[in-house]
Amino acid sequence: MPLYRDEAVVLRVHKLGEADRIVTLLTRRHGRIRAVGKGVRRTSSRYGARLEPGSHIDVQLHTRTAEPDAGRGHPRSNGLDLVTQVETVENYGAKLSCDYSAWTVAVAICETAERFTAEEGEPALRQYLLLVGALKSLARAEHDPSLILDAFLIRSMSLAGWEPALKECAVCSAPGPHAAFHIVAGGTVCANCRPPGSARPQPESLRLMSALLCSDWPVADAAPMPACREASGLIAAHLQWHLERGIRSLPLVDR
Amino acid sequence: MYEGAVQDLIDELGRLPGVGPKSAQRIAFHILATDTADVERLAAILRRVKADVRFCRICGNVAEADECRICRDPRRDLTVICVVEEPKDVVAIERTREFRGRYHVLGGAISPIDGVGPDDLRVRELLQRLSDGTVTELILATDPNLEGEATATYLARLIKPMGVTVSRLASGLPVGGDLEYADEVTLGRAFSGRRTVD
Repeated sequence: MPLYRDEAVVLRVHKLGEADRIVTLLTRRHGRIRAVGKGVRRTSSRYGARLEPGSHIDVQLHTRTAEPDAGRGHPRSNGLDLVTQVETVENYGAKLSCDYSAWTVAVAICETAERFTAEEGEPALRQYLLLVGALKSLARAEHDPSLILDAFLIRSMSLAGWEPALKECAVCSAPGPHAAFHIVAGGTVCANCRPPGSARPQPESLRLMSALLCSDWPVADAAPMPACREASGLIAAHLQWHLERGIRSLPLVDR
Repeated sequence: MYEGAVQDLIDELGRLPGVGPKSAQRIAFHILATDTADVERLAAILRRVKADVRFCRICGNVAEADECRICRDPRRDLTVICVVEEPKDVVAIERTREFRGRYHVLGGAISPIDGVGPDDLRVRELLQRLSDGTVTELILATDPNLEGEATATYLARLIKPMGVTVSRLASGLPVGGDLEYADEVTLGRAFSGRRTVD
């Protein structure tokens, strides 16, 4: 009956049966996993409150099979793992639920992190660290929640290899800055390569996107509101083009 | 695989929430072994539920008329509304016999990850009920989980400017439990919501 322990962030919860929940976790060492929390919806549950979306936890899980997987260094599971113990590292979700705007951003961040870790059990340390950093920044109200979301999205795309080209032409790599932006082409495009229907965003919007990509927060915080809105639109469109499906919580973010 | 009607019954029962194929088979054979009169009673009540039960036009609770039993009761306090997520929450609060006002059933909680936003809940109907000035207090009794808390935060932000007192159900330690087993979230809420002892 193998047990393993890891640090994780709760991304999503589903109701299961009378009082159980299926929790989707992004763990530090085991990537995204789904596990069952038995009886966690009962008021008498000792760790139900710790398994809420956005919670950063130290969790012990029990795999259903004892078959070891040498390649990944942890037991391979045939079904859903079982949550046996949970300790809170930081409860970001509970802190954010008092601020509706920040909470909707946290939900969108968690959903995006889930989509970027398509393969269960594949370690995704950089995505995990990015997620923890975004939730921490959101809980501390260090920046505008909308900017934190956009920074998380563009940097997640960068980790996945879909970073939009902002300093050179996405088609011919001619050094920029370029004025046109085309999502299918992969970022800014030069006058020669510009496909029909390319957007012509304000230069401030592109500067903001570059600042979010390299964590230049002084520039990002000083960006004017129209540029923030335009950059958010471009980032969301670029993300959903590459993911090939929408992020359900993005339209419900309270910006 | 069974023949015709038995297999159809198993398939239909298997579509119910929480009923797997094995349970569906067990229930189907229980029905086959039960008296005809009992089965007909069950069939009649299923038909009656679908034909007669609807949602109260005022509060959204389940009702057999246009208005539910609670909204029709003249002894109920018209100045207080308790907002809950589901009709089953109304039953849970009624069991306490502590609340004498009326209810408003939202039909769920805001859950962006499932695509459920404020427009998908009965928020507009709630604002309509508050618009005539009769209601002076609104009690937010959404579930004490993250989605319930966020829904309560959203409603409070929306309704407070209307001059209505908005309160939230207290969270804290379960009666009969040991303090050492309480999680830090619940214990923290119990501390922040502590009251003076008379």
